Amino acid sequence: MSGNVQLLNDTLAAAKSEGRAALIAYLPAGFPTVTGGIEAVKAALDGGADVVEVGLPHSDPVLDGPVIQTADDIALRGGVRIADVMRTVREAHEATGKPILVMTYWNPIDRYGVERFTAELAEAGGAGCILPDLPVQESALWREHADKHGLATVFVVAPSSRDARLAEITAVGSGFVYAASLMGVTGTRASVGAQAEDLVRRTRATTDTPVCVGLGVSNAAQAAEVAGFADGVIVGSAFVKRMLDAPDDAAGLEGVRALAADLAKGVRGQA
Amino acid sequence: MPSNFFIPDPEGQVPSAEGYFGAFGGKFIPEALVAAVDEVAVEYDKAKSDPEFARELDDLLVHYTGRPSALTEVPRFAAEAGGARIFLKREDLNHTGSHKINNVLGQALLTKRMGKTRVIAETGAGQHGVATATACALFGLDCTIYMGEIDTRRQALNVARMRMLGAEVIAVKSGSRTLKDAINEAFRDWVANVDRTHYLFGTVAGPHPFPAMVRDFHRVIGVEARRQLLEQAGRLPDAAIACVGGGSNAIGLFHAFIPDADVRLIGCEPAGHGVETGEHAATLTAGEPGILHGSRSYVLQDDEGQITEPYSISAGLDYPGIGPEHAYLKDSGRGEYRAVTDDAAMQALRLLSRTEGIIPAIESAHALAGALEVGRELGRDGLLVVNLSGRGDKDMDTAARYFGLYDTDAEVAADGTGAAEIEGDAK
Repeated sequence: MSGNVQLLNDTLAAAKSEGRAALIAYLPAGFPTVTGGIEAVKAALDGGADVVEVGLPHSDPVLDGPVIQTADDIALRGGVRIADVMRTVREAHEATGKPILVMTYWNPIDRYGVERFTAELAEAGGAGCILPDLPVQESALWREHADKHGLATVFVVAPSSRDARLAEITAVGSGFVYAASLMGVTGTRASVGAQAEDLVRRTRATTDTPVCVGLGVSNAAQAAEVAGFADGVIVGSAFVKRMLDAPDDAAGLEGVRALAADLAKGVRGQA
Repeated sequence: MPSNFFIPDPEGQVPSAEGYFGAFGGKFIPEALVAAVDEVAVEYDKAKSDPEFARELDDLLVHYTGRPSALTEVPRFAAEAGGARIFLKREDLNHTGSHKINNVLGQALLTKRMGKTRVIAETGAGQHGVATATACALFGLDCTIYMGEIDTRRQALNVARMRMLGAEVIAVKSGSRTLKDAINEAFRDWVANVDRTHYLFGTVAGPHPFPAMVRDFHRVIGVEARRQLLEQAGRLPDAAIACVGGGSNAIGLFHAFIPDADVRLIGCEPAGHGVETGEHAATLTAGEPGILHGSRSYVLQDDEGQITEPYSISAGLDYPGIGPEHAYLKDSGRGEYRAVTDDAAMQALRLLSRTEGIIPAIESAHALAGALEVGRELGRDGLLVVNLSGRGDKDMDTAARYFGLYDTDAEVAADGTGAAEIEGDAK
């Protein structure tokens, strides 16, 4: 069974044809529980997210700030396994028909086996993977299997990426390019980095693949600002924070749905 | 004039251009750090062939660090090791009290060449943190040290030393609150502040070029020891022995002996309460290949790639990874690695203290315990060199509690509940 890279491409193209940016939400699997995490992904899609990245919780999330670290800790203490990540992808996709990606550090896939991971992700209906600590030079084996199973390989670019490097990355990436708005770890910020627009411009000079901006975006006004120059807006910590701060799970889900609805207005320039 | 103390690998064949030692090493880093890590590699390559860099580093290593370090024969200690002759390479006599200063001064000079004004570092036992804080004081660099909260408690003396030297010490409260988590937090800082900050990595792990560069700065240990043994013992040793956490002091001692096929290279990993108990940090003995902190090597992990929490009485060895060159030496068979328990290390610590008047760091005591084993295996004709990588002042609180050396502990011990399970004098 082939993965849903084409669904991802079509979804991003549809947003573009509507003259707006896509909204991409990030939520970790297994947080606060496996079923609670699945409900959260559905709530984000129900609220207006076009795409969801399901996080594979890791013991050593070196690129994540305190909010996602806390969620990962809760998920791991709850015993989350890769099978639960696959289940989250499958149930969210089956319920909504929308593209679901996995975002993970490289070691879990390395240990699990690249062929086994890509085959299972495609079978679950996944659209691809974002691998923030797998540089393009080390990615050949992954790409071979991802291509075979119809999965997108989304690479991250950073404000520090030089133009030649951007070209190397976008030449082999697929789905979209994840442009980090600033130099730093995940977390909400008061303002989106001024470097983001420049990075999007430099990245677009190398590729026709959509360029989506993440890191630091937490509200509709920021989403609208980013939507002014990017093909997609990626929001993670703000969703997780809504769930962490909620008095109970139901309120957390409502918070996710409400934030997605708010951000969906933002990406349509209605903030 | 060629350098006497900065002696990079003359073979230059390992690692590959991509930073691989066989199947291990590489560069598994986020895109945000690629430019900075590449800059370190380029600057290090330039520095390596710049006589001015070697001259500056030599001057510091002689007049500031106190190189060459002594090679001391320890016959009263060796009497417990089956009569083999044992020599200690005295890195504990370096300024700041451990081998760590060799690498720190090299990277501090590199920091200046890169025009960066701020240094961050991780530390476990505090030895690398103290050495880094020292170099930053010397060169006028801003300094932030990340240290696991558990380690700030068991190595409180070194926390005070770092602060006295002007460094900011941040106690890391995430994960197992030890060395691994300090490295995670240092990486997070580096990603956010990479413009003006150099991450002065303290061991032979991490992304390329750190494993090769840090090794090169420590390579002097083995080069000196080899020459000193030929002078003082008249022959090469049967084995070179060192403790391994990340592996920097071990690779420093081993590297010059790699071409000497008859010299066994023996690394002593922390077995903690025993490898079979699961409470250990014996990465090469019990780990599996994986990615941690930027390179592929052996890693303590579960079947889905989650890193498991290590344990050792020694903060400096309490790490679930290992430098990729050690993984390469293990798999190629050139290196041998064995696990040494907390108890064996503490016994060796006390034995060396009482027989030779040298109090070693608990880290180094793992190598001493290994030497007692290997000496007994070799018998009377054996000749061993052991890297005494650090001195034990920082460990006196841990040792005092372990052996019941405090007056209050002695009373507790008299109740039969204390830690003083080892009775009697050192033999």
